[in-house]
Amino acid sequence: MKRFIIKEFLHIFRDVRTMLILFGMPLVQVLLFGFAITNEIRDARVAVVDAVPDVATKDIRNKLFASGYFTGGEILAGQHEIDERFRQGDIKMVVVFEPEFAQKLERGENPIVQLIADASDPNAANLLVNYATGIINAYNRSIGYGMQPAVIAEPRMLYNPSLKGVYMFVPGIITILLMLVSAMMTSISIAREKETGTMEVLLVSPLKPFSIILGKVTPYVVLSFINAVSILLMSYYVFGVPVKGSLLLLLAESILFILLALSLGIFISTVANNQQTAMMLSMFALMLPTILLSGFIFPIENMPEVLQWISLLMPPRWFIVIIKSIMLKGAGFAYFWQETLILLAMTGVFILASIRKFKIRLD
Amino acid sequence: MPDVSITGEGVGKSYGTTTALKGLDFSVNKGEIFGFIGPDGAGKTTLFRILTTLLLPGSGKVSVEGYDVVKDYRILRRILGYMPGKFSLYHDLSVEENLRFFAGIFGVDVHENYHLVKDIYSQIEPFAKRRAGKLSGGMKQKLALSCALIHKPVVLVLDEPTTGVDAVSRREFWEMLLRLKSGGITIVVSTPYMDEAMRCDRVALMQQGSIMTTGTPQEIIAAFPRKIYRIKGSGILDILRLTRNMKYIRSAELFGDAVHISTENTDQAPTAGEISQYLSAQGLSGHTIKEVVAGIEDCFIDRMKQQPDKHE
Amino acid sequence: MNEAEEKNGKVIEAVELVKRFGNFVANDRLTFSVQRGEIFGFLGANGAGKTTAMRILCGLSKPTSGKIRVAGYDVYTQSEKIKQRIGYMSQRFSLYEDLTVWENFRFFGGIYRMKSALIRERADRMLGRLGILELRDTVIASLPPGIRQKLAFSIAILHEPEIVFLDEPTGGVDPVTRRQFWEMIYEAAASGITVFVTTHYMDEAEYCNRISIMVDGKIEALDTPEQLKKTYNAGSMNDVFLKLARRNEEQKKE
Repeated sequence: MKRFIIKEFLHIFRDVRTMLILFGMPLVQVLLFGFAITNEIRDARVAVVDAVPDVATKDIRNKLFASGYFTGGEILAGQHEIDERFRQGDIKMVVVFEPEFAQKLERGENPIVQLIADASDPNAANLLVNYATGIINAYNRSIGYGMQPAVIAEPRMLYNPSLKGVYMFVPGIITILLMLVSAMMTSISIAREKETGTMEVLLVSPLKPFSIILGKVTPYVVLSFINAVSILLMSYYVFGVPVKGSLLLLLAESILFILLALSLGIFISTVANNQQTAMMLSMFALMLPTILLSGFIFPIENMPEVLQWISLLMPPRWFIVIIKSIMLKGAGFAYFWQETLILLAMTGVFILASIRKFKIRLD
Repeated sequence: MPDVSITGEGVGKSYGTTTALKGLDFSVNKGEIFGFIGPDGAGKTTLFRILTTLLLPGSGKVSVEGYDVVKDYRILRRILGYMPGKFSLYHDLSVEENLRFFAGIFGVDVHENYHLVKDIYSQIEPFAKRRAGKLSGGMKQKLALSCALIHKPVVLVLDEPTTGVDAVSRREFWEMLLRLKSGGITIVVSTPYMDEAMRCDRVALMQQGSIMTTGTPQEIIAAFPRKIYRIKGSGILDILRLTRNMKYIRSAELFGDAVHISTENTDQAPTAGEISQYLSAQGLSGHTIKEVVAGIEDCFIDRMKQQPDKHE
Repeated sequence: MNEAEEKNGKVIEAVELVKRFGNFVANDRLTFSVQRGEIFGFLGANGAGKTTAMRILCGLSKPTSGKIRVAGYDVYTQSEKIKQRIGYMSQRFSLYEDLTVWENFRFFGGIYRMKSALIRERADRMLGRLGILELRDTVIASLPPGIRQKLAFSIAILHEPEIVFLDEPTGGVDPVTRRQFWEMIYEAAASGITVFVTTHYMDEAEYCNRISIMVDGKIEALDTPEQLKKTYNAGSMNDVFLKLARRNEEQKKE
């Protein structure tokens, strides 16, 4: 057993490609997603609807365009032009001032600035609105209203009002990577032994199927766990994504998910006879559904009903709920024991199935 | 009666509609080198996988050292040494890591059992740190053999151990097998090379899933029922064409740059002189003809042509 | 056939062919020539440098130095012309298994820009000679290895090349099929196609007109099989090879 695990580690450490997938990819993915999503926006083109310009609206406009975030400042003829300009795609946000702005302000009537953003790029829209709101709040303070806002910024997201899925990149990446590393790498490594013929020798030896499986998965449990931890560390230190709930609970749930992914990987390898098939199966049977149907990128409630049903079968879907609850909401076990139970049941099924399907002979 | 190590009775195996093995009967004695000789597709690998408990026979019974390959596979997997066709080594592990690993999965210690493989392993020991993937064919073969021997198997099963290995290594390999045999181990080996048959104690000639004949190589050659003439000369294609048209000629086949002719077993069959005269009469002069003793390859071809469902 | 070749009848001519990879000398001053219509065996153990040399002759790789002409063309500057005049077959890859016999013919004929009518005519003639006309529309994967091998060779000479290169063509087939295959090779040679065979199986060597044996990147022997057996006082080509290898070992020790 010990020899088996050592051998497996040697395979991993000696293969540059495996090492890259194991350790290079998490790093690249976290950085890529992290920077792509949190990257500051500079010089976004913004237009203005200011039907009756006055001192206050000019002041706010100046502050907005001096901030460095926004450029342009083109004045549109009226609300009716907004849609047209968004469609042309050259502006990202429109700032709409109420008429009689300064007068209302003076009378203490809280005039409204509408921030209309093109949320077909939800991430950028969100940022722009946040920046603009911040600047308007600063203006509030500067004219002495302090806690009670004088000007009310009223953001409206067009095209994608809920803006879901944007903050989920860390939970999502952890899920994808654990799935990929655990399932794909084990299925490939077992398929490789079939391809090179070494599986024949293993089968002819007194090793039991259980030992072969255990020897195969142990290294990947360890490495996947290290991976999960390093993603968490990286997202905390590089992007400041906190873990609000119990870290211990998070790690325990991760191990459960790793085991599930590994048993899936072994299950795949009982079907695939060469590395290429194992790779394709993991890609299409695991990776794409994980990305598309788990709610990582596309919100499940927006999917057609059929896909919603299918997504119930996706292990990552449940894990994402759990990990999100712990990391972002700080929720405790009571909130996701059902999801945990589902994962446990799935793991059981796959382990049983793969031990049963793992052949003691060739066919 | 010598002690029997392996027996097969009516061993058959089909994959879908293709029949890989058509009911083989054979027995291998303890301590002998038994060769299954035949081309690719004869069914050697399928048979060996059944012997090593990797495949279930479709029909018939096989027992190894008294154990049934289906029921007693757990016991057999302890006492068999198996070297599959492709030298199943881990190419990314070093020579010594491979040996240690294979010892490990049989639960034996390399140091305790070192004496079993010393003869062979010492030849590759200078490269102990080298990755198995970087070894030459001959060295891979020695390493694979060491790995198959490290747990002191009672029966050693070698599937085409000399394929893809150069002539020098092939020769050395057979010398190693002879030494192993003197240690009492039973060796079953397969090969597509007819010349290697002569190295075995007994052989079975295989073709398309059947055994055509079994015996010592000497017996098989002695049983060859016909005369063989070897003709050399220029215009080899013409010699082939002309002799094939002659009466009572059973076959005319290329053997290197010569032609081997076997005649029918009758008094009317042409003699060497008559064949030579005939060729000269057809304008082919300057050839030499002499009677030769049949080789295993002649026997194989002859048996193949007797088969009712012969190739193509 | 161009002028240079017409003069001496040499289809392949290599003088002091050297190929180096860094410090490693894969081919060490190989000098040999092959006559039109000859069956030339290029023998050696795995790693002796056969494949490297053959790649150079096929115009796939440039030699480090030496003067090499193939089909009358220079391998340094005229490799495209060479490729038009050679055929190639190896045991590893030869035919597309998921295509039919005819589709393979059409594809490989197309590579050499043969007209459809010509491909059809030659394919039918070749299949007829093999007695397998009825297999024209059969998928390769469902054919036995012996037939596949003969088809692969037929396709390699479909465009009537001057030279056909065979890379370890006959491993593992039964003795009858192997002989039928060699008969095809003899017929091709008789029709004027030069045959260049690399192999590490010594028994194949017995079928060749002349043989060169490579050991560690050098040509150690070059002659007819008959003469080699006499020179080395050996019963078979296998023994010749063993003696050569042993001599080489001893030289290394000294």
